[in-house]
Amino acid sequence: MDTLTQSGVNRTEGGAVSTASPRDFFDLMKPRVMTLVVFTAYAGLVAAPVHADPFLAFMSILCVAVGAGAAGALNMAYDADIDARMKRTRKRPIPRGAVSIGNAYGFGIVAAVAAVLLMALASNYLAAGLLAFSIFFYAVIYTMILKRRTPQNIVIGGAAGAFPPMIGWVAATGGISLDAIILFMIIFLWTPPHSWALALYKSGDYAAAGVPMMPVARGAKSTRLQILLYSVVLVVFAGAPVLTGLGGVVYAATSLGGGALFLLLAWRVFNSRAGEAGSAEEGALYAVRAGDKAARDLFAYSIGYLAALFAALIAEHGFGAFIAVPGVAG
Amino acid sequence: MSTNDADDKPTAANDGPQTGLTEAERADNFGFSHREGRPTGDHVALSPEEEKARKHRNVYIALSLVVFMVAIFLITVVRLSQNIATGAAG
Repeated sequence: MDTLTQSGVNRTEGGAVSTASPRDFFDLMKPRVMTLVVFTAYAGLVAAPVHADPFLAFMSILCVAVGAGAAGALNMAYDADIDARMKRTRKRPIPRGAVSIGNAYGFGIVAAVAAVLLMALASNYLAAGLLAFSIFFYAVIYTMILKRRTPQNIVIGGAAGAFPPMIGWVAATGGISLDAIILFMIIFLWTPPHSWALALYKSGDYAAAGVPMMPVARGAKSTRLQILLYSVVLVVFAGAPVLTGLGGVVYAATSLGGGALFLLLAWRVFNSRAGEAGSAEEGALYAVRAGDKAARDLFAYSIGYLAALFAALIAEHGFGAFIAVPGVAG
Repeated sequence: MSTNDADDKPTAANDGPQTGLTEAERADNFGFSHREGRPTGDHVALSPEEEKARKHRNVYIALSLVVFMVAIFLITVVRLSQNIATGAAG
């Protein structure tokens, strides 16, 4: 409503300023994804054969968290249109109108710059450079280039999520070693079966949004086969830290037991009808129909599997639980 | 630049409300006359929700800036201490 004040100024009430809360901006940073990123970065930092100053180590992890959050905000800003068309994402801050796209871009860029600069100050330029590159990779290479163009989007784009343990390692040591690359590769190989398991029972969502995820572009059967193949490669490769001496008995046991269960669930997905037409669910966010249950189980378990692998490294290198595997040169 | 002083003076037809400024002058100054020091155009009154949200955001922005500055200070102190210790040891 317009009112004319004594000073002669026309005042229009409401509608000109955002009502976004700090919580909305926090949600832009994908806090659940950030949790796993922080955990794996911490594992990389702890597993490194150098004792880092606790305060500087904390600041480095904080920078990785903020950097990952910044990448998430930039992703949400660019993907606002498809987020609005998907049930899984339509309640994110931008689609529900809480935050504007411009504000999300601004927030993401400022957070990214702050995180990279602080990282350079707290650790070293290589770690800061890797953090900057991972943000760029996720926001530009994956989100803006790959995601809407190729079913290999999350295979290549998965590299962005694989950087955190390497950044943690480099923050502590100042250099990239074979062990850092192995940690990178574990997450890189873990991403396809993890993401495609979700895509199988959310294929309707992705199809509606026009995102060529593997089940949409190549079909459910092909996706289930690729999940199984990637799972085999992942589980085998997850044993590599034992061979280099990075992982001890605890890690070896976790990798062996966790990997066996991973393969079992991947096999169940392969033999299921997950992702077939008519089995896609309606309603609740993560609810599934019987045909998709195997994919849902694998998706949920894959998060726990990755967390367990890195938790084993933290236990061994951070809490003194390391016992070298007999017969393996450390 | 006009050579005729009369051209620069507002006329009855293009005079802004209560300001004595032309439309062009008001546009140039984003609706605010810094020469006269008083508002000249349409302004917006925030709703209570907008006021509250803006205040919350401002508080968090301020806190973020403080945290950022303190972090830089502390990191600098720690790094300097490390370098001094390293230099002394060497």
